[in-house]
Amino acid sequence: MNITQQVVNAIWLGGVYSLFALGYALVFSILGVLNLAHSAVFMWGAFIGLVMVTQFSFSVWLAIPVAMLGAGLIGVLLDAVAFAPLRRRNAPRIAQLISSIGAAILLVNIAQLIFGTQPERFPLGSIPTDTIEGLPFRITPIQIIILLVSVALMALLQYMVIRTRAGQAMRAVAFNQRVASLLGVNVSGIFRMTFFLAGALAGAAGVLYGLAYNSMTPFMGDQVALKGLTVIVLGGMGNIQGAVVGGFVVAALEVFSIANGGSNYRDAFVFTLLFLILLFRPQGLVGQKEHTRA
Amino acid sequence: MALLEVSNLHTSYGAIKALRGITFQVERGQVVSLIGANGAGKSTTLNSISGLLKPSSGKVLFNGRDITGWRADRVTGLGLVQVPEGRLVIANMSVEENLWMGAYPRKDRAGIQADLNDIFARFPRLAERRTQKAGSLSGGEQQMLAVGRALMVQPTLLMLDEPSMGLAPLLVNEIFHIIAEIKDRGIPILLVEQNARKALQIADYGYVIERGTIAYEGPAEQLQQNPKIISAYLG
Ligand SMILES: Nc1ncnc2c1ncn2[C@@H]1O[C@H](COP(=O)(O)OP(=O)(O)OP(=O)(O)O)[C@@H](O)[C@H]1O
Ligand SMILES: [Mg+2]
Repeated sequence: MNITQQVVNAIWLGGVYSLFALGYALVFSILGVLNLAHSAVFMWGAFIGLVMVTQFSFSVWLAIPVAMLGAGLIGVLLDAVAFAPLRRRNAPRIAQLISSIGAAILLVNIAQLIFGTQPERFPLGSIPTDTIEGLPFRITPIQIIILLVSVALMALLQYMVIRTRAGQAMRAVAFNQRVASLLGVNVSGIFRMTFFLAGALAGAAGVLYGLAYNSMTPFMGDQVALKGLTVIVLGGMGNIQGAVVGGFVVAALEVFSIANGGSNYRDAFVFTLLFLILLFRPQGLVGQKEHTRA
Repeated sequence: MALLEVSNLHTSYGAIKALRGITFQVERGQVVSLIGANGAGKSTTLNSISGLLKPSSGKVLFNGRDITGWRADRVTGLGLVQVPEGRLVIANMSVEENLWMGAYPRKDRAGIQADLNDIFARFPRLAERRTQKAGSLSGGEQQMLAVGRALMVQPTLLMLDEPSMGLAPLLVNEIFHIIAEIKDRGIPILLVEQNARKALQIADYGYVIERGTIAYEGPAEQLQQNPKIISAYLG
């Protein structure tokens, strides 16, 4: 495998990781809490996409937005059930973290009941898998789709957060909930919106990941959960650009460790990275300490 | 009917009763000052009106409408705008973004832009620092930004919580100058201050809070003559 090939692989896989990790980063930036049910929402996104293709004969292009909508609504439900009641009682953040673990288990169990534990696949022909000819590296149309969709969604999110009224409100809530509410922002509404966005991004990532590996089980979230966490630790927890950069770094590390014969150890490499960052640069690679004057 | 009518307001923090029946009014076009010592309940009063705290009993009428216990964002939406204690500008947004954020309840882009230009004309220090992050401003500049941001809502009533706190004497004068200017524009102000002298000089009417109740009230000139108030707050 040549170096160009590895870079290409790292790029499309990085797109999926970034997309997935952005949901962690969004929720963390607003609530200061890790949503550990995020990987379960990712899995649900993949299955909603799969059902749309197999049961309703949707094209992949149509299945992705439907999966995003469905996963986004699961995100909102997650907030209403696992987070909002604790917030209202001013419960400590650790309680919210534990609550999100419970929600993750529940979501995976429900998926097991409905879909079973055998790997599910997108039907042959629903996705183009032939390698594109005439290029110096191997890339399939699905990999191009993955890259395009993830980059487009990330650009859209960035635009939303920086340019739109809702994005400004999100940033205000992330800074200080009381101040945001005095500025006229409906803080609970922003929480719901954030969970919707995070869920929708996870849903898109789930479908894309499912398409890439074409093997889906209710446990597929486990494959990305800790990688996503590594990505946001690398990128500086609630940092959106950091999550994007981190996704590509983690994917590159994984791809290069596979290419160099370490395929059995690829996760070990990723977790070694996580460990090293936590040890030497806990604010993340692109993160910086906020400096403010009183 | 007064613009703001607060009657018999009680608010607690758990077992601590911070407000024990606060009653006062703000008339249209007036500056009303609430003065009192540390811990008297001034901030708790403002927070109970603006929706940051839920009063346990009592009533808040704004423009004749019962807004007791309303959520903070809905109170702001009515034009009853609080500048909280400690300024609290959004540190990681630029000066201009903070001002746009102030206009969050409004939808009229053209009007917002006009008001933004107006704020920059009135606060040249903010105009010079338009793109600078608010967190890097000095204390006085942050206070101006917090006031400017509140003006972006086009408030019907402005509530200021200790705007002069922690500022050098020169800047305190500047802040009170700004408050006088806002008053001249016809925007009523409910002013909470520990600087009782200046607060009463600028006010039409004043109230003195002691341990969660109103101990004295009256036209500001009269309060300034009251020997008890002179010895306790103006001495
Ligand atoms: N979050 C809180 N939890 C518990 N008690 C509080 C809290 N905030 C205020 N208090 C108490 O309520 C009372 C009134 O406080 P408040 O902040 O309203 O006073 P203040 O008049 O604004 O004082 P200052 O001039 O120092 O700002 C005080 O006894 C204070 O200790
Ligand atoms: Mg106070």
